[in-house]
Amino acid sequence: MKLEAPITDRTQRDEIDRLIGDGRQAQAYTLLGALWRGNPGPANAGFIVSRWEKMRPIGVTVDARIAITRSFTIEPAISVLRAAAVVNGIDLTVELGGFNTYAQEILDPGSALYRLSPDIVILAIQTRDIAPDLWNDFADLSVEQCKAAIDRVSTDYRQWIEAFRRNSKATLIVHGLELPSWPSWGTLDGRLPNSQAIGIRHINDSLRQFATEQSGVYVLDYDALISRCGRQRWLDESKWQSMRMPIAADCLVHMANEWLRFIHPLTGRICKVLVTDLDNTLWGGIVGEDGIHGIALDHEYPGAAYRELQRVMLDVYQRGILLAICSKNNLEDAMQVLRENPRMLLRPQHFAAMRINWNDKAQGLREIAAELNVGTEALAFVDDNPAECERIRCTMPEVTVIELPADPMAFAATVRASPVFERLSLSAEDRNRSRYYSEERQRSELQKESASLEDFYLSLQQQIDIGPIVAETVPRVAQLTQKTNQFNLTSFRYSEQQITQLASAPGCNIMTVSARDRFGDAGLVGVAITKDVGDICEIDTFLLSCRVIGRGIETAMLAHISERAKSSGIKELSGRFIPTKKNAPARDFYASHGFLRKAEDDGEILWSREISGSGIVWPTWIQLNARRRD
Amino acid sequence: MNPPDFERIREILAGLLDVPRVDITLETSPDTVETWDSLKHLDLVLALEQELAVRFTPQEIAEMRSVERIATIVARKRLPPG
Repeated sequence: MKLEAPITDRTQRDEIDRLIGDGRQAQAYTLLGALWRGNPGPANAGFIVSRWEKMRPIGVTVDARIAITRSFTIEPAISVLRAAAVVNGIDLTVELGGFNTYAQEILDPGSALYRLSPDIVILAIQTRDIAPDLWNDFADLSVEQCKAAIDRVSTDYRQWIEAFRRNSKATLIVHGLELPSWPSWGTLDGRLPNSQAIGIRHINDSLRQFATEQSGVYVLDYDALISRCGRQRWLDESKWQSMRMPIAADCLVHMANEWLRFIHPLTGRICKVLVTDLDNTLWGGIVGEDGIHGIALDHEYPGAAYRELQRVMLDVYQRGILLAICSKNNLEDAMQVLRENPRMLLRPQHFAAMRINWNDKAQGLREIAAELNVGTEALAFVDDNPAECERIRCTMPEVTVIELPADPMAFAATVRASPVFERLSLSAEDRNRSRYYSEERQRSELQKESASLEDFYLSLQQQIDIGPIVAETVPRVAQLTQKTNQFNLTSFRYSEQQITQLASAPGCNIMTVSARDRFGDAGLVGVAITKDVGDICEIDTFLLSCRVIGRGIETAMLAHISERAKSSGIKELSGRFIPTKKNAPARDFYASHGFLRKAEDDGEILWSREISGSGIVWPTWIQLNARRRD
Repeated sequence: MNPPDFERIREILAGLLDVPRVDITLETSPDTVETWDSLKHLDLVLALEQELAVRFTPQEIAEMRSVERIATIVARKRLPPG
């Protein structure tokens, strides 16, 4: 029973209205987040959306247009979704398709669904709507009829997904089908050749296959979502029968959060680094008082909950998200636990940066971001101490704060529930990212030993591969355009579908660069997109991962573009520099490579350079490997 | 009627219908508030269900056409069973 909750809500609501009235929008926005975290769901959703609309765009960093095409009443989930998104910094516009008209909307290229030109489309269909025979009348079906029904539904899905891809460039999120609470055959379902559960799962397997065959199509595992929340709690049979609204009031927030697990990575609202506290977070107790073997960390109660949280962090690490430590502790005590406690899952090599001292944590977070070459908005901060969490929320609102609950048993689920660690694809570069960082530490040491910068470059023994884009590199190229902020001359963001289209456009070249040196292979790190227009080669996109900037690879890329253009009879290179908050490292790139400033408009500079005469000099310390052709 | 319940109902209605709390009285109904349409009614039902941890029957939902009716129905749900 939450008898206290509404009183708190009421005080918080009054405070929010007072702050808005006083013009203190940023503080009001912070309190909206606290109100939602304290009591998320339909009771607060309307209030949060209406107050936020009075102060927008405070607090919001990205926006997206969503269209939901569906077979059931989903209207009440919309304000819940918008509220949950707003407190996470995402401004969503949501359009709903007609009731149960999803098939027409998808198949008709002129339908309202496509006219709205959404960024993301959600296709939400229930098993009982698309396959009433498999849901209701299953016990009447012969083995052949059951198979025919499975084939029919699978074919429908394939056709819808293919039609959608023909008609739209938007991302598609398809709900998978859910299993019934009670199979038609009862426990016999586990013994008969005609299993209802297996039949429905078979459709889900096909759906998953169709989704992987198309770019930008993802399956939301609706059955897993319902299972996680509890099937009997999820379904509100009375509202389903009376108004075709199947989801219970207290589960709407879980539906919204599941959508957000896709929307966060699609809009780039993700974190690249998980920064964790130590005492009472990675282990129970305080190492300075309890000793390195006295802390709670074990396979059993009470230490198991902390080991479970370490397991979650290892899972996050495997997705290519960096781990870092920000802890108020004696460095030696903490390092001794990390190195020597036999129950630890996380070891020093898992962490890309550490700030273990008695300084303010806000300062620690800023230092970690600087050391790892990321913005502070790329940090997620995990801590059990409410005061530290509040301090970070107030001083660094751009940081994602994951405040652990009072009960350590709930730690692991709290971190798993965060959408900022979700990824829609995993490249080889992602999987090896943490290794790159440990190699980078070795490079820094070499640089300290080298007499000159040139000596350092030579001793790195850099080799690069330059080649045209191929089907396998499309996801990585799109990912780099979306994620590269520092050495990025134009910061144009492209989806996988847009990259595929550009690759086949006449006169357009997409070049990729992979790099390695004596310490390791950095993988695919550079992209240039150029368009030949008459005798001018226009550089649309030119970017390099921050892991390898400043070692001459950018010059090698430009020399390569210039040589390629010259051999096609091009006379001039032209390119724009579009300034952003973060791309200062690329600002002087064109000027330092002999380009002349042609025009300037609102900070955006157009540069150009003739190709005849002295070309761009290839850096002697970089070896070009044989070009890969597909 | 349970006074905390009435205050919670007022709070939820004010937030959902986007009107000041003081304007929500026992007489407030879809006839007196323009924003209280049929979709808002469903939002309202679900918000009350979440907040008060109750579930309304289709019959009750149809009858909840004023603050007074809502309060009466909620009070009935609060009675001990039997």
